[in-house]
Parts: sequence; C-alpha cells; structure tokens
Amino acid sequence: MSFKISDQPIQSDLLRQEVLDDTAGGFVSFEGWVRNFNEGQTVNGLEYSAYVPLAEKEGSRIIEEAKERFDIAAAACVHRVGTLEISDMAVWVGVSSAHRGAAFEASRYIIDEVKDRVPIWKREHYVNGATTWVKCASDTKVEDPEGR
Amino acid sequence: MKLHIQYFALLKDQRGLSEETIDTDATDPEEVYQLLKAANGFTLPIAALKVAVNEDFADWSTQLNDGDTLVFIPPVAGG
Repeated sequence: MSFKISDQPIQSDLLRQEVLDDTAGGFVSFEGWVRNFNEGQTVNGLEYSAYVPLAEKEGSRIIEEAKERFDIAAAACVHRVGTLEISDMAVWVGVSSAHRGAAFEASRYIIDEVKDRVPIWKREHYVNGATTWVKCASDTKVEDPEGR
Repeated sequence: MKLHIQYFALLKDQRGLSEETIDTDATDPEEVYQLLKAANGFTLPIAALKVAVNEDFADWSTQLNDGDTLVFIPPVAGG
C-alpha cells in the first residue's frame, strides 16, 4: 500500500526505495516534524491517533489522485501515530518523476490533502501541563445555517 | 437496532470509551449523534464532524442497518 499509518519511527531511507523507478530523473520528499511551539504555546511533545482503516483508505485515494493529476512515476506517504517528541518525524511524503516539476507539485498536493482529509488527530502537550486536541477546542467556530 | 460506535480523539475523551454497542431507534447518523451528544455532553457540533459508516465516509442522512459500525470524525489534524 502506498499510504500507511505506522506506530514505529519512520525510516525515510527505506521508504525512498519504494519510489525508485527507472523512468524517474528526480525525487522530492517532504518530512513533517514535531516543532516546539504552536499558536503561542510552548509544546514539549504530542500524540497522534488515527482511525487506521479509513486513514489508509483515504490516504491511498490521495496517492492515486496525485498519480492521475501529475506526471509522476511513483508516490508514497507514511504518517506516524503514538507519542512523539520534539523533532520526531510525524509524516513522510516521497514522489519520483521523470522531471522535477511534477514531483514538487505532487508532493505538495499529497501533504495538503493528507492534512485536510485523512482521519488523524493530534493532541499537543504544553510545558504548563495542559493538553489539547488540535482543532477540536470547544469554542471551535463552525458555520452551520441549520444551527446544529 | 444495534449499532457499533467507535470513538476517537476528543470524542473518546468525552465519552470515556473507545467503543460501545448501542440499541437505538435512530435511523441515520445525524439522529445517532444528536442522541449521543445529549447523553454525553459532547462539545463538537455536527457541522464540525464527518461520519463514517462501515469504514468509509457517509452522508449524515444515510439509512442505517442493524450491525452497522459508526465513527464520528472530529476535525482532523494530521501532518
């Protein structure tokens, strides 16, 4: 499968081999790392969880969409779940293609769609001891004309 | 009708469970969520959620069948 959820550290050197292709003249990878701040708070760690069957299904759809939209040779993505520390790798995207442009565009497409659509959640741990599920705050503002 | 519910992220915390089986007269996911929201004090409005039935995204008005598995999907934050 070209999209996987992993509870083990991401080994990008091994993943790179998954997109090797004789027709490819270029390779672009994107790594998402855990950073130590978010929205003004100091973060000292976080955890990701996922609804794995649907996450892998939706993630694989995104990879297939990228192959249809861009002239690429191969693409893969792995997202980590579990407890992560600052600088740990949370997500890896790799794309190979005959020419560089498509690989840059496809890798951008994949990470943007993964962040937007794949059922993965992030709980940040702050230095003051508080934690929060990112984007799930009870004061989340949502427009709903039916007022549900 | 019996339905299996799996909880993730904030909903899992607020329910205090990762899954349960409920017996309900509700016929679609919207009704099920409104019942569970009222019973458990869920803070997320339906408009903030998506729903999955039997491991794929579904409409809130999907007619449910006995034994279906539902997951209410809070705002995602991967990457």
